Amino acid sequence: MRHYVTVGILVIVVTILTYAGLYSVDLLPVAASLQAGSINDVGSIDWLWNWELVVMCFLFSLIAVPMFYSFVVFRRRKGDTSDGEHMEGNTNLEIAWTVLPLILVFAFAYMGAYSLGDIRRMDLDAMSIKVRAQQFTWTFEYPEYGFFSNELHLPVDQQVVLKMTSTDVIHSFWVPEFRIKQDVVPGRITEYIVTPTLIGPYEVRCAELCGTSHYNMENAVIVESRANFDIWVAEQVAIAAAAAQTPEGQGQLLAVKNGCSGCHSVDGTRLTGPTWFGIYGADVELADGRTIVVDDAFIIESILDPKAKEVAGFSPTSMPTYATVLTEEEIANIIAYIKTLR
Amino acid sequence: MKKFLSSSLARGLVWQVIGTIVGIGLITGIRAAMGLPTTDSVFFFTEPAWVLGAFLGGLFFLSANGSVSDWFKWARGIDTPEHHEEHYKGWEKFVNVSLDHKVIGVQYTMLSLILICVGGLFALIFRTELAASELQFLTLDMKLFNQNGPQLFNTMMSLHGMLMIQGILLGVAGIINYVVPLLLGAQDMAFPRMNAFSFWLGVPGSIILLSSIVLGGFDTGWTGYPPLSARAPVGVQMFFLGVFFLGWSSILGGLNVVVTVVRVRARSMNAFRMPIFVWASVATSIITMTATQLIGLSFQLVMFQRLLGMGFFDPAKGGNPVLYQHLFWFYSHPAVYVFVLPGLGVISELLPVFARKPLFGYRWIAMSSLGIALVGFVVWAHHMFASGMNEYLRVPFMYSTLLVGVPTGVKFFSWVATIWKGKIDFHTPMLFVLGAIVVFLLGGITGPVLAAISVDLHLTDTYFIVGHFHDTIFGGFVFPFFAALYYWFPKATGRRMSETLGKIHFWIMTPSFLVLQFGMMRIGLLGMRRRIVDYDPAMGFDSTHLVLTIAGYLIGISVAIFLYNFFNSMKNGEKAEGNIWNSRSPEWQVPSPMPMHNYDQPFEVVGEPYDYGLPGSKYVEFAAATTPAKSKH
Repeated sequence: MRHYVTVGILVIVVTILTYAGLYSVDLLPVAASLQAGSINDVGSIDWLWNWELVVMCFLFSLIAVPMFYSFVVFRRRKGDTSDGEHMEGNTNLEIAWTVLPLILVFAFAYMGAYSLGDIRRMDLDAMSIKVRAQQFTWTFEYPEYGFFSNELHLPVDQQVVLKMTSTDVIHSFWVPEFRIKQDVVPGRITEYIVTPTLIGPYEVRCAELCGTSHYNMENAVIVESRANFDIWVAEQVAIAAAAAQTPEGQGQLLAVKNGCSGCHSVDGTRLTGPTWFGIYGADVELADGRTIVVDDAFIIESILDPKAKEVAGFSPTSMPTYATVLTEEEIANIIAYIKTLR
Repeated sequence: MKKFLSSSLARGLVWQVIGTIVGIGLITGIRAAMGLPTTDSVFFFTEPAWVLGAFLGGLFFLSANGSVSDWFKWARGIDTPEHHEEHYKGWEKFVNVSLDHKVIGVQYTMLSLILICVGGLFALIFRTELAASELQFLTLDMKLFNQNGPQLFNTMMSLHGMLMIQGILLGVAGIINYVVPLLLGAQDMAFPRMNAFSFWLGVPGSIILLSSIVLGGFDTGWTGYPPLSARAPVGVQMFFLGVFFLGWSSILGGLNVVVTVVRVRARSMNAFRMPIFVWASVATSIITMTATQLIGLSFQLVMFQRLLGMGFFDPAKGGNPVLYQHLFWFYSHPAVYVFVLPGLGVISELLPVFARKPLFGYRWIAMSSLGIALVGFVVWAHHMFASGMNEYLRVPFMYSTLLVGVPTGVKFFSWVATIWKGKIDFHTPMLFVLGAIVVFLLGGITGPVLAAISVDLHLTDTYFIVGHFHDTIFGGFVFPFFAALYYWFPKATGRRMSETLGKIHFWIMTPSFLVLQFGMMRIGLLGMRRRIVDYDPAMGFDSTHLVLTIAGYLIGISVAIFLYNFFNSMKNGEKAEGNIWNSRSPEWQVPSPMPMHNYDQPFEVVGEPYDYGLPGSKYVEFAAATTPAKSKH
């Protein structure tokens, strides 16, 4: 009996110590959404996680403590060659440790379902933003204001619903500070409901392996005050309106809308595809050793049939054809935009 | 060398090359006749040519190496003897077709160790790259096998997964093949020829799987989700085909185990007097026998989508990419129970021997294996909580997934009760058993967290998941596998492995692994995605990753020590012909190494398997009056 009491006390002590230890280090990134919440918001993700942490610490202690206690206290003494006590089992005990975990399972399943319902609750005035994922960037469309952006700006304390789809493979939208993750699937629209609560810069990082530059598929997410958000929107609308006046401006808008920057930088950085910076008129070496001048014909061919000529050091299999996406005039505008990048 | 060149293995390999050439030639010829392009600028031949080539290569291997020759003879009306005469000695036994389950068990184990070592080397290579942020040597400018650095990372990461999985399946088959007939008192498996065939399927399968890296690799992860896998280089087809052959091996192997356990048990060995490991083997075999088809099917559909333009998973043609995930996980979730159930069986089998106490709650442990296997069939969609599948599917799968915790809990509690007041002998196998319990416990308690959907939405596809499943696999397979190797090595060789080196192996591997998994979970919680070759330095993970890399290398070193111990002890190990673990199990009642046809006299079960501490009790009694102390050797 003495042993059981000692072990019982030790289990409680070890549970408290491991929990206190884990609680004292920040296990999760800062919570920046209503859905992430805090350990006191019943139904939020961090609340559920905290209870799970308690149970994890308890179960760990419940198994590990009697085990190590037994190693030490009942260890084989020197010269003892006898066997242990003949204990074959105990049906009541087995029933107990089947039924009690079962109750725990149902309790946690209930809490999990409750929390899921909580984080999926949609406000009537939620703002809708369209998200398009592609290898290897995100494009955000603000339908209310009619412009595209590669950065996601969100007003604080305003629920948004991201209506997401992919043009190629499966991606996954994840901002660690928001906690929630949702796959983005070609051919269907998936929804991501989030209410940002903490102003700051974050990153959306693709969480589903999507190919060569998956690691690099990160775009900025800015949560800002309503006033700053309105200023940014006004700027974007103005920029779009101004750009629409010139061919190169339209080309730039098309590059944003179609996510070209996912693979082609405009400042010389090496990404999955050749940079556009200073590329027009330059000589590039092809994989077969030939050298070619980048002119209108080459760019048009590369957009319509990317596999026709492989630039040395790059893999053309990454790029899909844009023959069905872009018109001749739009391609001409993009070329006009590329010409300005030098 | 000459002996090797005339072996079944060498013959099979030569014919595999010939078969590959024939297949490639066939398709290329047909395409030429049809006026289709016949060559590829990068991989010389077209994709269909490679696929048929690899497939025929595998079939040629099997028909040439002799593992099917008895069946061909029977088909032609020629009788063959029940047992083949064994005229090979030493290592030659293992590179030739043998029908002896013990030889096949060793063959499986060796192939398993090879795959696990290659998979481990890949892990060390990409762990080195991950030691610091930014690309170090897997850069965008480097090129190997037509892949740049990040692509090569993706290929190695994917192959690490699949090689380990196949290595584990083969390792599981190795232990089961060697041990189960001995525990049952059988002369061999129920179908010795099918047993040999199952093993030999694994050899061309492994070669095809590995060949994917030179054919452009595949950047899909071991999960191979379309549409990504529908766009990957030809290598992905080799990955599909390799898994196809290995899956075939797995299905036949599982069937064989179930039939063996049902049909060929010793006298009076009723269901609840079977050694507990047999229960675990049956549970695992039920899964391999019935679920493996689904991964074959899902891969085959992608294969056909690529080759024949069938749009199963292509949204543009009305296909559904999420359907693939259902098919895939219907096998691939139960598959993890295939990996761990035998390992948990090893834990339950060895604990009583070294704790010198009966296995606490034998029937409950036996039933919990079946319980885990059955519940395991209805939990697959918990891998897909973030996939965009129907909202209403999520909650039921959360309930079923959490239910797995109940039978698993029964095992843990029963193990603790077995250890309680036990007088433990800390030999190397026991150290690994205890390590397995602790590590599997960490995997077990981090599982329910992932089952609760809203928290899983944060944790899925991060290093937390990676840490969690490495826990379950190390605790459920790697540690018990080592325990089993240290424990049954003397049975197979008549010598024992060095205890000192074994303990060094344990005491390097265990802390390193714990550091590895805690580190992975830590950064996973903070936002480290899985399957990325590089991470944002702003996240501050550099120092943790460096520690993880060092821990990875230490595990590699400990495994190298194990391998040295393993191969060195075969020749130079201390002689151990008796019942060195003082076990009640039948295989230890006869001298080691095990005689050719197992037991010279059949035995009868006269008691409970684990009545340690009950004076005068016996588990088995050998039939003839002669004591079984004399062996044929």
